[in-house]
Amino acid sequence: MPHEHEHPSPDDDLIPDDVQSLEDSPHFSRRDFITGTSAVSAGLLASQWFSPIARTLAADDPAAVGANGLPTGAETMALKLRINGAEQSLEIDPRVTLLDALRERLNLTGTKKGCDHGQCGSCTVLVNGRRVNACLTLALTCEGEEITTIEGLARGDELHPVQAAFIKHDGFQCGYCTPGQICSAVACIKEGHAKDDAQIREWMSGNICRCGAYNGIVNAIKEARDHQVA
Amino acid sequence: MHPFTYTRATDTDTALKGLSGGPAAKLLGGGTNLIDLMKMGVETPSRLVDITRLDLAKVEELPDGKGVRIGALVRNSDLAEHPLIVERYPVLSQALLAGASPQLRNMATTGGNLLQRTRCYYFYDPAFTQCNKRVPGSGCGAVGGYNRIHAILGQSEACIATHPSDMCVAMAALDAVVRVQGPKGEREIPFAEFHRLPGEHPEHETNLQPDEIITAVDLPAAPWAKTSHYLKVRDRASYAFALVSVAAALEVVDGKIKTARVALGGVAHKPWRSKEAEETLVGEQPGEAIFKTAAGAALKHAKGYKYNEFKIELAKRSVVRALTNVTAA
Repeated sequence: MPHEHEHPSPDDDLIPDDVQSLEDSPHFSRRDFITGTSAVSAGLLASQWFSPIARTLAADDPAAVGANGLPTGAETMALKLRINGAEQSLEIDPRVTLLDALRERLNLTGTKKGCDHGQCGSCTVLVNGRRVNACLTLALTCEGEEITTIEGLARGDELHPVQAAFIKHDGFQCGYCTPGQICSAVACIKEGHAKDDAQIREWMSGNICRCGAYNGIVNAIKEARDHQVA
Repeated sequence: MHPFTYTRATDTDTALKGLSGGPAAKLLGGGTNLIDLMKMGVETPSRLVDITRLDLAKVEELPDGKGVRIGALVRNSDLAEHPLIVERYPVLSQALLAGASPQLRNMATTGGNLLQRTRCYYFYDPAFTQCNKRVPGSGCGAVGGYNRIHAILGQSEACIATHPSDMCVAMAALDAVVRVQGPKGEREIPFAEFHRLPGEHPEHETNLQPDEIITAVDLPAAPWAKTSHYLKVRDRASYAFALVSVAAALEVVDGKIKTARVALGGVAHKPWRSKEAEETLVGEQPGEAIFKTAAGAALKHAKGYKYNEFKIELAKRSVVRALTNVTAA
C-alpha cells in the first residue's frame, strides 16, 4: 500500500527493551517455535485422543482434510496471484480459500484465521484496495487482482501510518485480530468512513476484538486519518 | 468441503451452459453465503461456475424515467453508496448499510443477496438431523426447539425459518422486479413472487428455476420513496442479523397519506410486505394513533413460539417507530 506522508514514530511510546527486541527481530519465527513444540505435545497426547479424532474425521468425510491441513481429493489448478506486488504461482485444489493459500502455501501468516466463517474479520485483506474476508474468498477467484496483506503495508522498515498508530495507541492486547483490524482500518480511512468515533465504530464493526481494545483502535484510526489528510 | 470443479464464465451464455448440467452446478458470486454453506457441508455442489467477471455490475437509469436497473453483480457496498440509490431510494441504501460488515458488503452481490439462505441454526448445521429445508421430510428442529430468531408470519408446520436479507426487505417495499435469463430467454419476476413461503416444501425457496440466472433487479420510478426509512432491530448495534426490521415509505399530500409502503424483515420465510398496514394508512392523517393501528393490522395473524413470542410486540413497535422516523425525515 503506498503512502506518502509522515507517520507518528512508535519509538516514543516504547520502553527501550521493546525497541531492542523489535530491532533484533529473530529469523526464527514464532510459527517455527509453535510447530516445534506442538510436534512434541502431539506426540505425547496422540495415544490419548488426537488420533481417534483424526480417524473419525477421515471416516466421515475422506475428502475433508489432507496431511498438510488442506482439502484433498479434487484436481488441482494452476493459479497466478499478485500479492504485495509480487507474482506467485500456485497449483491448488479449487477449494482452497485465499486465506489458506496465503497462510499454508505462501507462508504469509500475518493474515489470521479466526472464525473461518466471515464473522470475525481477522482474515481481512485488501483486494484491489477493497477490504474483504479472505476466509470466504476462493483463491481461484482472485486471479489478476492486486492483493495486499498486512505484510505488504510497510515500506521496508517504515511502518504504514496505521500500523504505527496502532502501536502508539495500544490498539491491541493479544494481537490476534490486529492484522485484520489494520487492513480494515486502512480501507476504512481510504473510503472516507472515519469521520468521527461513531462512524469508525460502525464501519469497523466487521472486525471483532475479544480483548476489547476498541478504544485504542478508534484512537489509532483517528490519528492515522489525520496524518494521511494532513 | 466436498470436491468441485471450478470454471469461470465469460458471459451470461457460458454461465447458463455451466448450469445446464443439473442441480449439482452452482453459480458463484460474492460467495459470502455459498462458500460458508459449503464449508458447513450444507451446500455440496460438484461444479462451481464463477460469474464474477460477467458484465453485470452496472447501476443505470432506465429510459423515459422508468426507474433504475441494478446489475446482478453490483456489490452491496457499491449499491449502498450509489448516488441514484441514495437520492431516490434511501430505504434501500439504509437497508444495505444495515447488513453484514463493510468487508462482506464489498463481496456480496445483488443477485446473491436475493438467494441468501436462512440462518436457522437447524438448517445451518448438519449435526442437527431434523430440517425439512436441508433434508426434505426429516422434520423441523426449530418448531419444538430453540426458536428465538424464527418466523412469526406465514410459516408452516414444516418450516419456521426466516429470510435473512435486509436488502430484500427494502426491495419488497419498492415493488422491485427481478430480471432472469434461462435457456428459453429472459423473463421478469415481480419481487413479491420471487421468494416463496415454506408451505410443505421449504426446500423450494424461490421461483427462480435451477437453469436460470438473475441478471438484474429493476426499481420502478417511485417519487414517494424519497421519504423512506429502514429500521433494523438486532441483538447488537452492528454486524448482526435482524430480529425484526421494517422498510417504510410515506407520501403525504395535503396532510393525508397518499402512498404507504410497509415491509418487514426477520419475521417470515420471505420479505414480508404488509398490504394490510398500507391500506390502513392510506387516506389518513399521519400520526402515532394510525401508525399503531397499521402495526396491529400487519401483525394480526402473527403466531409466536416458545422463544420468539417477543417478536410480535417488537415488530408492532418497530412498524410504529419506522413510520414515525419517515415522517420526521
